Amino acid sequence: MGFLTGLFWLAAVIVGAMAAGWVFRTAVIAVSPHGVAREFRTMPLTAGFGLLMIVIYVLVAVFAPAIAPFSETAIVGREYQAWDNVHLLGTDNLGRDMLSRLIYGARNTVGIAFATTALAFILGSVLGLLAAVVGGWLDQLLSRMVDVLMAIPALIFALLLLTIVGTSVINMILVIAVIDATRVYRLARAVAMNIVVMDYVEAAKLRGEGLWRLITREILPNALAPLVAEFGLRFCFVFLTISALSFLGLGIQPPTADWGSMVRDNATLISFGDITPLLPAGAIALLTVSVNFVVDWQLHRASGLRE
Amino acid sequence: MSHIWIMIAKRLGLGVVTLFVVSLIIFLGTELLPGDFAQEILGQAATPETVAALRERLGLNDPMHIRYINWLTDIARGELGVSLANGQSVSDLIGRRLGNTLLLALYAAAIAVPLSLMLGILAALFRNSFFDRFANASALTSISFPEFFVAYILIFFLAGAGGVFPSISNFRTDPSFDEFLYRAFLPALTLTLVVTAHMMRMTRAAIINLLASPYIEMARLKGMSPMRIIVKHALPNALAPIINVIALNLAYLITGVVVVEVVFVYPGLGQLMVDSVAARDMPVVQGVALVFAAAYVLLNLTADVLATLSNPRLVHRR
Amino acid sequence: MTETNKDVLLSMKGLRIEGRADEEWTEIVKGIDLTLHKGEVLGLIGESGAGKSTIGLAAMGFARDGCRITGGEITFDGIDLRAASERERRGLRGKRIAYVAQSAAASFNPAHKLIDQYAEAPVRHHVMSRSEAEHDAVDLYRRMQLPNPEEIGFRYPHQVSGGQLQRAMTAMAMSCRPDLIIFDEPTTALDVTTQIEVLAAIRDIVEQFDTAAIYITHDLAVVAQMADRIKVLLRGEEVEEADTRIMLDAPTQDYTKSLWAVRSFTRPTQPPVEKGVTPVVSVRNVTAAYGVIDVLTNISFDIHARRTVAVVGESGSGKSTTARVITGLLPPRRGEILFNGEALPPDYRRRTREQLRQAQMIYQMADTALNPKLRIRDLIGRPAQMYLGLQGKALEDRIKDLLSLIELEPGEYIDRVPSELSGGQKQRIGIARALAAEPQFIICDEVTSALDQLVAEGILKLLDRLQGEFDLAYMFITHDLATVRAIADEVVVMKEGLVIEAGPKLEVFQPPHDPYTELLLSSVPEMDPDWLTHLLEERDAGRAGADVEPAGH
Repeated sequence: MGFLTGLFWLAAVIVGAMAAGWVFRTAVIAVSPHGVAREFRTMPLTAGFGLLMIVIYVLVAVFAPAIAPFSETAIVGREYQAWDNVHLLGTDNLGRDMLSRLIYGARNTVGIAFATTALAFILGSVLGLLAAVVGGWLDQLLSRMVDVLMAIPALIFALLLLTIVGTSVINMILVIAVIDATRVYRLARAVAMNIVVMDYVEAAKLRGEGLWRLITREILPNALAPLVAEFGLRFCFVFLTISALSFLGLGIQPPTADWGSMVRDNATLISFGDITPLLPAGAIALLTVSVNFVVDWQLHRASGLRE
Repeated sequence: MSHIWIMIAKRLGLGVVTLFVVSLIIFLGTELLPGDFAQEILGQAATPETVAALRERLGLNDPMHIRYINWLTDIARGELGVSLANGQSVSDLIGRRLGNTLLLALYAAAIAVPLSLMLGILAALFRNSFFDRFANASALTSISFPEFFVAYILIFFLAGAGGVFPSISNFRTDPSFDEFLYRAFLPALTLTLVVTAHMMRMTRAAIINLLASPYIEMARLKGMSPMRIIVKHALPNALAPIINVIALNLAYLITGVVVVEVVFVYPGLGQLMVDSVAARDMPVVQGVALVFAAAYVLLNLTADVLATLSNPRLVHRR
Repeated sequence: MTETNKDVLLSMKGLRIEGRADEEWTEIVKGIDLTLHKGEVLGLIGESGAGKSTIGLAAMGFARDGCRITGGEITFDGIDLRAASERERRGLRGKRIAYVAQSAAASFNPAHKLIDQYAEAPVRHHVMSRSEAEHDAVDLYRRMQLPNPEEIGFRYPHQVSGGQLQRAMTAMAMSCRPDLIIFDEPTTALDVTTQIEVLAAIRDIVEQFDTAAIYITHDLAVVAQMADRIKVLLRGEEVEEADTRIMLDAPTQDYTKSLWAVRSFTRPTQPPVEKGVTPVVSVRNVTAAYGVIDVLTNISFDIHARRTVAVVGESGSGKSTTARVITGLLPPRRGEILFNGEALPPDYRRRTREQLRQAQMIYQMADTALNPKLRIRDLIGRPAQMYLGLQGKALEDRIKDLLSLIELEPGEYIDRVPSELSGGQKQRIGIARALAAEPQFIICDEVTSALDQLVAEGILKLLDRLQGEFDLAYMFITHDLATVRAIADEVVVMKEGLVIEAGPKLEVFQPPHDPYTELLLSSVPEMDPDWLTHLLEERDAGRAGADVEPAGH
């Protein structure tokens, strides 16, 4: 019976998600101008759902203080209070309102992950493009350095560096950004390498164009699609890494509301059959799934493989 | 054939160099540690005399390159130093837990590798069917889940109230084989779920990438069955990327277990590393990181060599 | 509805096939009828987009991914291929109907030895056992005149040269002694001197086993050698069909006539260059290398204003490397490049902007030569802006002038991106970009080889006209001797990094030849159906370059 009920709920969730995706897609097509609407018409329902979720997360993160019923850090009740009318999702291990912390968590966790990804991306793609265009010793030097850095598993490297520099939010952002920049560098360099061998780049070089113009006019516009998709993938990866570090108690530090540490703090409830601690974990999962769905659609489109 | 051995020897040499550089990074990491290492061990209450004595005993007054060479020779002899937290030998600490971690990784790999290869091939064979779409969407979903989410969901459904499996895999004494399989089932299942999705997607992609090749069309025009085309014509050419993905995921199984070990209180290396990072127990962190990095480098090396050997263009030259 | 004529092997009636592009289905084969008798060879000819390959595959009851057969009948030896189950069709493919693809190098599976791929069809279709198949392969390899027929099967595809692979693929198609073979452009990817061997071998074996064949190609002279009958296609529709000799002598349709007439363009002979005039470009004793391997050895030739020098050679001859040396992408190991008598810096990065402006380049693949993200305005405006300092209105006017020069309507094309142009139009933009710099010298690297004949003809005429208008010196890199005949004033024949022969076109093309030039010239197929037979007789008699090693061996 339990299995069947589970299956029923699973089906209901999938159907509900796809319906939401469909409604969202229809709405987007209706409000956007003709050219843009065309792009969205081929969007699969999964990507529609993903896009909708991303929009919701961003809204929640931006308007967190307005939405949250209680403060992020205030103790407003007993510990581990059950769900009721005042505390919709109960309270946590210190008696703080769970729902409010979930909402503020969107701001903290997503914001920090986004900043980290952006940093990693700027660092990695600038160096990657430079290496591909300039070539020679610069390329050799950077590539060998990245090879070595990538030979150390990411999470272990992060733990090692965090031991050295100490655990704080700024340190974590820097450490993860540097580690992730190596992955971005690899991709940016590979993509740019494929473009550098094109005849139009050769033509531009023979015309006497400078480095800046070569990169911004000839290479970057053609590398943008894979780089944007990579940004999505990297974001998921960084987001999961930060959550994992926070879950391990080495990432975002209390009392800041953060989904990873919220799971850790309230994990004991799970053994008693209470799903509350799964909610922040679910919030993480839902966002990464959504981003992945959108990235998948974009990659599919970029590769020209329709169906 | 000799050229292939030269290639492999070069790759091996590169692996050794990489390990060397990794050890250098790990060593220099300690050097960058703010504050005095000896002070750190003894705490703020220590007198300057005791700190100086410890510095002398640890060889901290020697020049940096001497200390690095000493450290390296110690490692070669299996001496990784002494834990700052409890004074135990780091080699002993690691030795006990390394076996557990490898066993867990092996457990998960034994389920995940055959399963994901099979699913990947089937998804490629029935591409764009309902099965393929469903498998793909589920894989994408499970890749997106944080490991602790998967782990707690499994605990919620399979352990806890009325559950079948234990939610904590903490065994002190040596368990029997059956006991181990039972106790480590949930962590192994968590790892399996996480890596299977990735391997399946990559296997499918590697095969599908090749299906547009002229030689696949040729095989179809020779009247070969779809199954034979996938297995005989596409798979041998997709081996290199598939081997790499398997290696990557095996490496992940060994190094990425950290979170899973913490959730299930599994006595492995990851658990040890997390505890030591929190306590800033540098010798232990160094040792564990070195072991993890070595395993990672070794796996990637093996994958590279196997991928090279699977390519007839490299094995049989003109 | 069965055919009354017992000799008919394959018949198609009202065949319609659709292809999908951008989520929309469009018809690419529009009601084709086709009849093929036993032992007969039918040539399908047409330009790209004619639907010839699609029709060839439909003869096997096969449609590529993204294509679907939507109407008509396909009957093979009394079997309705559209009604048959996929399993039945699979039973025919490889066994009774076989296929030879354009690129053997890509169509052999790189992971298996030739013999394993040969034996696959006979063993899987239960025609013969593995050991019988291996034995049989040696016999067929010998008939296909492959060297070392006993052991060549035990090699991997990458260990065998292109011409040999193509013959091995024909042998593989023959393995089950099919009733019908589809040849889909089997020699298009080969050099001319290699092409002869493959054509001769294919013709032989088809005759020996009395196999029916559909021979698909865009090359009229080739199809004239191979086919009994020719069917001309245009955008999925039949233009006309007739016996080969009738078709060649007296085509009835305008389109066919225009195809036949393509090869008639020649530019008038120019007076010889006066002594003492400084050439625009002078290549002096150039030796160049990639790494340690010399790819050019002591190359010298001159290019004068208003003259076209054609550099001819097969793949690997070093003709494109010569262009890289002249442009400064590959500084030579020895020797120098003179421009109007003055030595250019060997590396393009050290040349002045003025020096760069004077030498422009047009590429073979217009697709990769134009930045897909830029508009035509920016593509051809940039050199004018950069070298000549044009801005605003002056620049706009110049871009429009250039578009008019290359015969494209300025108002319509100026804001398009390359993907909104046809292949020929893209190549014209490439020409406009070169002209925008107002150079004295242009390198044309195989500029017409990716284009259909009629389009290529238009490009050649345009280049010819522009040369007269702007006193340009051209270096024309090509492997196609028909193009050389059409536009060259002087010819440089290259082989394996050496200049074999150089001089005015008439001199080079008149006997006595250097033996390699002889081989090259005699290997260019002619529209005469007896040409191949005669050539083979000549070569048997030891003439027409019989004892020269073809390039790439």
